[in-house]
Amino acid sequence: MTDNIIEVRDLTKHFPVRVGVLFKKTVGHVRAVDGVSFELKRGETLGVVGESGCGKSTLAQVLMRLEPPTSGQATFEGRDMFAMKGAELRKLRRDIQIVLQDPYTSLNPRMTVGDIIGEPFEIHPEVAPKGSRREKVRDLLDVVGLNPEYLNRYPHQFSGGQRQRIGIARALALKPKVIVCDEPVSALDVSIQAQVMNLLGDLQTEFGLSYVFIAHDLSVVRHLSDRVAVMYLGKVVEIGTEEEIYERPTHPYTQALLSAVPVPDPELRGKRQVIRLEGDVPSPVDPPSGCRFRTRCWKAQDLCAQEEPALVTRDAGDHPSACHFAEQRAIVP
Amino acid sequence: MTDPSTAASGSSVEADQFVTGAENAKPTTTKPRSLASDAWRDLRRRPLFIVSAALILLVLLMAAFPFLFTQADPNYAELSRSRGTPSAQAWFGYDNQGYDIYARTIYGARASIIVGLVATALTVLIGGTLGLLAGYYGGWLDGLMSRIADIFFGLPFVLGAIVILSSFGSTGTTSQTQILFLVILSISLLSWPTAMRIMRSAAITARQQDYVKAARALGASGPRIILRHMLPNAVAPVLVYATIALGAFIGAEATLSFLGLGLRAPVVSWGVMIADSRDIIRVAPHTLLFPAAFLTATVLAFVMLGDAVREALDPKMR
Repeated sequence: MTDNIIEVRDLTKHFPVRVGVLFKKTVGHVRAVDGVSFELKRGETLGVVGESGCGKSTLAQVLMRLEPPTSGQATFEGRDMFAMKGAELRKLRRDIQIVLQDPYTSLNPRMTVGDIIGEPFEIHPEVAPKGSRREKVRDLLDVVGLNPEYLNRYPHQFSGGQRQRIGIARALALKPKVIVCDEPVSALDVSIQAQVMNLLGDLQTEFGLSYVFIAHDLSVVRHLSDRVAVMYLGKVVEIGTEEEIYERPTHPYTQALLSAVPVPDPELRGKRQVIRLEGDVPSPVDPPSGCRFRTRCWKAQDLCAQEEPALVTRDAGDHPSACHFAEQRAIVP
Repeated sequence: MTDPSTAASGSSVEADQFVTGAENAKPTTTKPRSLASDAWRDLRRRPLFIVSAALILLVLLMAAFPFLFTQADPNYAELSRSRGTPSAQAWFGYDNQGYDIYARTIYGARASIIVGLVATALTVLIGGTLGLLAGYYGGWLDGLMSRIADIFFGLPFVLGAIVILSSFGSTGTTSQTQILFLVILSISLLSWPTAMRIMRSAAITARQQDYVKAARALGASGPRIILRHMLPNAVAPVLVYATIALGAFIGAEATLSFLGLGLRAPVVSWGVMIADSRDIIRVAPHTLLFPAAFLTATVLAFVMLGDAVREALDPKMR
């Protein structure tokens, strides 16, 4: 148990939907995150995948304590994250950092790179004495593969990939134990994506970081992750090691997602069966009864509408899957 | 603009085009720079800034030490020289009462500049602060402040100023300083909602940016986010408004003087002079021309200054 750095139990985040001008009436809730549980082990990367609007980013915000959770628990090194206040919360901020999705808006355009990366030291002055900060910022720039002489430049003078490196340097400044990566590469060119991901991989080895790596691209997640959680409409539908998810998926949603990953080998192209999902993701305000995926699932039966499948290991698989009819199906050729 | 791919290569030759001369000279010992120092370095090289700053300095000098510019008494009138045209004795001629227009223009700078500057500063300070707070905290605080602003917004400017000036300044006893103070107060009291609305919308835009989220994730305090992240990114529209408002406020002071509520003789201001010349514009246009030219030049200088500062504060425009 002790090597679990973060444990999340039944985490929910509902956003109220309000109508009315003066007297607002709550007419419903967007169930952005609805009962998510997982653990993150020390030094491991947990990939979180799912299509847009399934609650991945909300999960990141709640984990960062940028948004209060509606219910559920989360512990960091055994201590309740959501109960922390004052000095303890400041310490938590040092231990968990975030890399945001869009490198074009995540850096203040009116601050120099030196000021951006140095800001963590100003907020947490106990980390670095005043005189050594400049040197530390230069070191950080060096670590993420940027020229330390770029200290006095502004974000607009950099490319997307370089900006994301600056964002990573800022997240690294306080020597965190966990970095939440909220789609850190989805705004970048494919060629730059690989660079940034390799950098993240190298940093993990160097500093012993744990990552919660959020993405909507399965191949990106596979490259870095030790374990993968697949999310659909605010719930984890399947969770397992990288191999279990990619080689032996048992949830129909995972299978559909995997069947859509482009095949790099032209010889094999077209030989694979692509599962096409019909329709859109249902509204998270009013999710379907029972299994949330049933409206788009080709296996759906009456049982799926009545009973919500639990995320447990079933006979057909070797890892937890939230499907009544979980079965293996070879997807990747 | 800068081509990211060349910046990415990091080779010294290509990188040179992104570095300033000072950085280039001694690349190993770069001094830390901030937005403020960069802005100041940039400003000093801008002709627009130099010209406007020189003009403003001159006007401020006029306001502080008018006797340096003229020996004539601005309050000495001689009806025999009424409406006299510009000559060697009086460069700007004489007005309807026979006052020396040059002397009055010089002496009038003080009241006009004080009203314009202080009223603008107060308006921007009150409106800007409230706008930032409303934009950052949102919720009921924003609702309350916005509604209060709406109330002031609903008051017509002249009507509101008349009410304030006539209820607080009983004509007989109040001194000129008090009237000046009341004029400034009524102008800023009736104008801050505009500054607040501009600042509020800019602050709301800035607050939703990811860099604010990143700062919060770092544990930055509210004041820090407001001052370091939101203010620099939200100040530009207010700065533009302030430079425009400055001219309008000097004009507003004239309006109030014209209505008999603002400054009165023996205090001179450009607004009073412009108001005095209204009946004789066609027979003696120079009575309007000279004070109006000074007013226009001063306002223009402040607008140019505001423009230069705004551009210097935006790294992308350097």
